[in-house]
Amino acid sequence: MESQNLLEVKDLRTRFHIAEGTVYAVNGVSLALKEGETIAVVGESGCGKSVTMLSILGLIPIPPGEIASGEALYQGRDLLKLTESEMEHIRGKDVAMIFQDPMTALNPVLSIGRQLGEPLRVHLDMDKPAIRQRSIELLEQVGIPDPAHRLTEYPHQLSGGQRQRAMIAMSLACFPSILIADEPTTALDVTIQAQIVELVQQFREQMHMSVIWITHDLGVVAEIAERVLVMYAGFIVEEALVDDLFEDPRHPYTLALLAALPRVDRRRDRRLNSIPGAPPNLLLEPKGCPFAARCELVFDRCREEMPPLIQVAPNHHQAACWFDVTTGKPR
Amino acid sequence: MSASPPMRSENPQPLIQVRQLKKHFPIRQGLIFEKEVGAVKAVDGITFDIQQGETLGLVGESGCGKTTAGRTILGLYPITAGSVIISGISLEEADKEHIKLLRRYAQMIFQDPYASLNPRWTVSAIIGEPLRVHKLLADDKARTERVHELMLKVGLSPRLINRFPHEFSGGQRQRIGVARALACNPKFIVCDEPISALDVSIQAQVVNLLEDLQDEFGLTYLFIAHDLSMVRHICDRVAVMYLGVMVELAERDELYDNPLHPYTQALLSAVPVPDPKTSRKRQRIILPGDVPSPINPPSGCRFHPRCPIAMEHCSQQEPEWREVTQGHWVACHAVNP
Repeated sequence: MESQNLLEVKDLRTRFHIAEGTVYAVNGVSLALKEGETIAVVGESGCGKSVTMLSILGLIPIPPGEIASGEALYQGRDLLKLTESEMEHIRGKDVAMIFQDPMTALNPVLSIGRQLGEPLRVHLDMDKPAIRQRSIELLEQVGIPDPAHRLTEYPHQLSGGQRQRAMIAMSLACFPSILIADEPTTALDVTIQAQIVELVQQFREQMHMSVIWITHDLGVVAEIAERVLVMYAGFIVEEALVDDLFEDPRHPYTLALLAALPRVDRRRDRRLNSIPGAPPNLLLEPKGCPFAARCELVFDRCREEMPPLIQVAPNHHQAACWFDVTTGKPR
Repeated sequence: MSASPPMRSENPQPLIQVRQLKKHFPIRQGLIFEKEVGAVKAVDGITFDIQQGETLGLVGESGCGKTTAGRTILGLYPITAGSVIISGISLEEADKEHIKLLRRYAQMIFQDPYASLNPRWTVSAIIGEPLRVHKLLADDKARTERVHELMLKVGLSPRLINRFPHEFSGGQRQRIGVARALACNPKFIVCDEPISALDVSIQAQVVNLLEDLQDEFGLTYLFIAHDLSMVRHICDRVAVMYLGVMVELAERDELYDNPLHPYTQALLSAVPVPDPKTSRKRQRIILPGDVPSPINPPSGCRFHPRCPIAMEHCSQQEPEWREVTQGHWVACHAVNP
């Protein structure tokens, strides 16, 4: 089992020391990614889903950031212990990332060709004609019309969807084994989102990549993921196969989140279930369950002690809750 | 919010009547001798009514003109052509007094709860501003009392009255924006993507609040959004826009269960469903390409270059906006009869 894991993160804790105090962004996250698998990390803003990925890739500025504990094993090496120059050989080559906002992720003063060519030059040591030919191929593969001409253009000359396509082309340039997609469709309209989701799935199959898809949209999760991790306030609160998560959620937060969502394919049958209050202040050191203040089932122990992430159902379905939500009784 | 949408016969006089409304933004060139070299046709001839007490959803992708339509209806932009009649008063013909009255009567809730509140003003000043502008409560004490009352209505503690916007979370800020819109007892509120900047667990709070307020004060909403699932949840009728024109308008469940326009069909099929089993079964219509520029929209039907069922005359002739069954409007050559 263990040997199949392409990436294995254990007990990752990331903090930021800022003027107001310490931000407890990631509080002991463990996850495993198998070869060829797509997992989704879902959660609301500030839940630590992006910071987790940035920590793994060594993209957290230190200071103010601090990786307080944890390891991230990739091909037997702990990514968190690599030097910056060692990391540069992995980032963009073995592990690539695409971001939410292609306009800020792309450099506005460099042409698409220059930016697309960079990973090819740095990681694959290609010469100029080879870079040009490969760049055209890549743009063609992601469905950008007139690729030779596009190479001379700048990011602002492309539409939002095309910019995201160009960024995907860039990330795929060196045949990565892991693609981390950080809300790549959030800034896009639904019809363009559908195009991008389809594109990533197609490449995942062709290149036999593993994908970590970060999102806040449970609809997108249902569409792309095989396994799902639900994050809240820097903790993983539930982990399950996608069907199990939607059919049989075991954490009160997941349950509440699903009940707060309207469905496009169903008639309205009730008011939305709103979750009272707001996520906890990350400037306070976590104590007890982070969801306790908003949870219907809360009792004394929840406020004192963080429940461990334990198996609650078959297929490695895990939840971190003192309660068994199926019976409403403490475990 | 009423469970069933109000029928036309019950409401012979709509609260809002929009006829052939156009809003073009000129593009100028030249430094000294500015010339008009074209126009962004943001809204290019839309016609619809909003009944008293209903919620009309206005959906479409970015750049389709839905926000411009909402702002033009409120008189925030001068009208290029066509007319808007609110409660019998025409926006174009109204004199100063009438315009002032309309501004009280019709309010707006904005998308970005960060940008739409003045960061240097306290909550008290922000919510009290419309009362001051319209000289409704001149006395400071009475105004503070009214602000208290409004804060309670939207679920904010009046203890926070002297705080500044940055001290609130996104959801709370949106509540401040709602309280400000309610200050002058409006009849009609344009909600411009009021929840798209909020997290899922907070979205439901704000949506439920808007529904409660509608019940309590008999409000009429124009709900502009791109989240088609939420629109199905809160709207009575839904209108779909594409590149400055309306392509379809129908009662909520009719539109979602029986979409007639190929664009509506593609749009609905692209919305992800939070249910993996349904998601695998759904047939998706993936539209090729991007939305064209509104400066030089395609001839004939604006959707024809991306339309999966486009016919030859679609590129030549603009389809007529017509009512195909009771209350179901569509603009498409392919729809019979």
